[in-house]
Amino acid sequence: MSTSTTSAPPGTEDPPPAPAAPRRGKRDPARTGWRRALRRDWQLYSLAILPLLFFLVFRYLPMIGNVIAFRRFEPGGSIFGEEWVGLRYVQMFLNDPTFWQVFRNTLWIGGLTLLFCFPVPIVLALLLNEVRRRSLKRFVQSVSYLPHFLSIVIVAGITMQMLASDGPVNHLLGWFGHEPIRFIQEPEWFRTIYVGSEIWQTAGWGTILYLAALTTIDEDLYEAARIDGANRWQQIWHVTLPGIRPTMVTLLILNVGAFMAVGFEKVLLLYNPLTYPTADVISTYVYRSGVESNSFSYAAAIGLFEAVIGLILITSANQLSRRTVGTSLW
Amino acid sequence: MVKPSRSYRVFQGVNGVVLTLVVLVTLYPFVNILARSFSGERQIRAGEVTLLPKGFNLTTYEIVFQDSMFWRNYGNTVLYTVVATAVAMVLTTCYAYVLSKKHLKGRGVLVGIAVFTMFFTGGLIPNYILVTSLGLKNSVWAIALPNAISVFNLLVMKAFFENLPTELEEAAQIDGLNTYGTLLRIVLPLSKAVVATMVLFYSVSFWNSWFSAFLYMDRTDLMPVTVYLRNLIQGATGGGNAGAGTEQLSQVGANIQSVTIVLTALPILCVYPFVQRYFVSGVMLGAVKG
Repeated sequence: MSTSTTSAPPGTEDPPPAPAAPRRGKRDPARTGWRRALRRDWQLYSLAILPLLFFLVFRYLPMIGNVIAFRRFEPGGSIFGEEWVGLRYVQMFLNDPTFWQVFRNTLWIGGLTLLFCFPVPIVLALLLNEVRRRSLKRFVQSVSYLPHFLSIVIVAGITMQMLASDGPVNHLLGWFGHEPIRFIQEPEWFRTIYVGSEIWQTAGWGTILYLAALTTIDEDLYEAARIDGANRWQQIWHVTLPGIRPTMVTLLILNVGAFMAVGFEKVLLLYNPLTYPTADVISTYVYRSGVESNSFSYAAAIGLFEAVIGLILITSANQLSRRTVGTSLW
Repeated sequence: MVKPSRSYRVFQGVNGVVLTLVVLVTLYPFVNILARSFSGERQIRAGEVTLLPKGFNLTTYEIVFQDSMFWRNYGNTVLYTVVATAVAMVLTTCYAYVLSKKHLKGRGVLVGIAVFTMFFTGGLIPNYILVTSLGLKNSVWAIALPNAISVFNLLVMKAFFENLPTELEEAAQIDGLNTYGTLLRIVLPLSKAVVATMVLFYSVSFWNSWFSAFLYMDRTDLMPVTVYLRNLIQGATGGGNAGAGTEQLSQVGANIQSVTIVLTALPILCVYPFVQRYFVSGVMLGAVKG
């Protein structure tokens, strides 16, 4: 980066450039550049100190702290552990049947979430887009955003109340002469409950970006499609969907990246020992073995495994979409 | 415009029905919880409560209001939300302002440092060990500091600052204001909309959060109200009302959860109609850049 004078904004307190200024970059450009940048912008850099400290301490230090997955850790000792033990904890969890069970459960819940919670907002946005009465559209939107703003604890509480043996769902089943189901205690119901409450909470909010993308589609394209004799469905297929494709791809990549980190807090709130066979996921297992049972290194090894898979997933989804549809996050 | 075809009119009809269902399914749980919170124990047990309270009474509300722990925890929620939001706003504003300066050398690296943490995080255990070893447990800092910057909010704010006209800042600097003065007296007054949005984003997320407190607080009297509610819920699923604590509470176990849900959600529901559009515009702003 040369330090030519072209980009210097007016009003900075720089000394007037020496006569040979444009050529100055030739001697050690990087060094001179930094010195000059620091002299000019030291106040700006000073504003970045506290935030950088935050990132360093609370984001990057824990990343490095993951080394305890390969080191023996003693509570109260160094946060980076005591001595290297190699892959001992990795082997331990690979030989742990519970790990494989929670791994399967994570894939199940993550997969179902992706399968249902990704398309629902798209469909809802398309339906909302067809509403001609503005006031009606606004009303439906406002109502559907609401659950997004509630604490996950409240969502879990509401879910449990709705599914309680005296709750509305069982009441409804009673009309059809069905015996009450103890939904919260039955392992086979957990995935349905999880995905259902997820859709209830996130579908409306998820439409925002799609609705914004829909408004940017040129009316002329629809006009042209109509002239070519396209009916409503063909217009949606050939104009609307391609118009929101970049948004769809971006959100899909983000969803794939979050695949492994399935709603940890919600599972923690909704599950109980009876439903562990289907409900226990990697993150809740990490929590229980680490924080509750104090096997910090063991839990960190599993957590690191999860984070690495997440990183691989999002990177490959990003690569794939850049190659195939030309949209990517970075 | 072309006259709508018959099949399109049918579609519009179906669409109307579907969207009405969406509204009903979204709202029904709220209305039902509200109705339960005012209903009598017997009617709830019998599954009679749907849209309106049956056997109207305020007993459960009185019991919750008399529980000093509920008020303590509610107060904690307010305190944690205020402190954490203040810390978050200072750090986010400073960093977003720095990142918005396109001429700044090393800006790309500074952006990268923040954005990378969106895709890879240290994870629960190293974070827990860190916060514990820093001695932050049982203090508000355990909640405020580890969550001080949300990278999404940071990018929203950065995008807003980047779109501000540069002339005013340049004029201010010619008039002798330094960077801090420019940020405080010129940029922030021009950014009231985004500052308000960010305060809302942060305060709603801190109001709603429970896990940090659950993880880092050892005593019940330090918990926010979300954890109070969580203990009620867990008590209910664990069989009986073990989590509810007092004898008095277990008598009305059926609707004490409803009452607590109503009281916890109330502040959010009250401000929601007024602030909703800020959230939407904030998300859009973030999406443009993100």
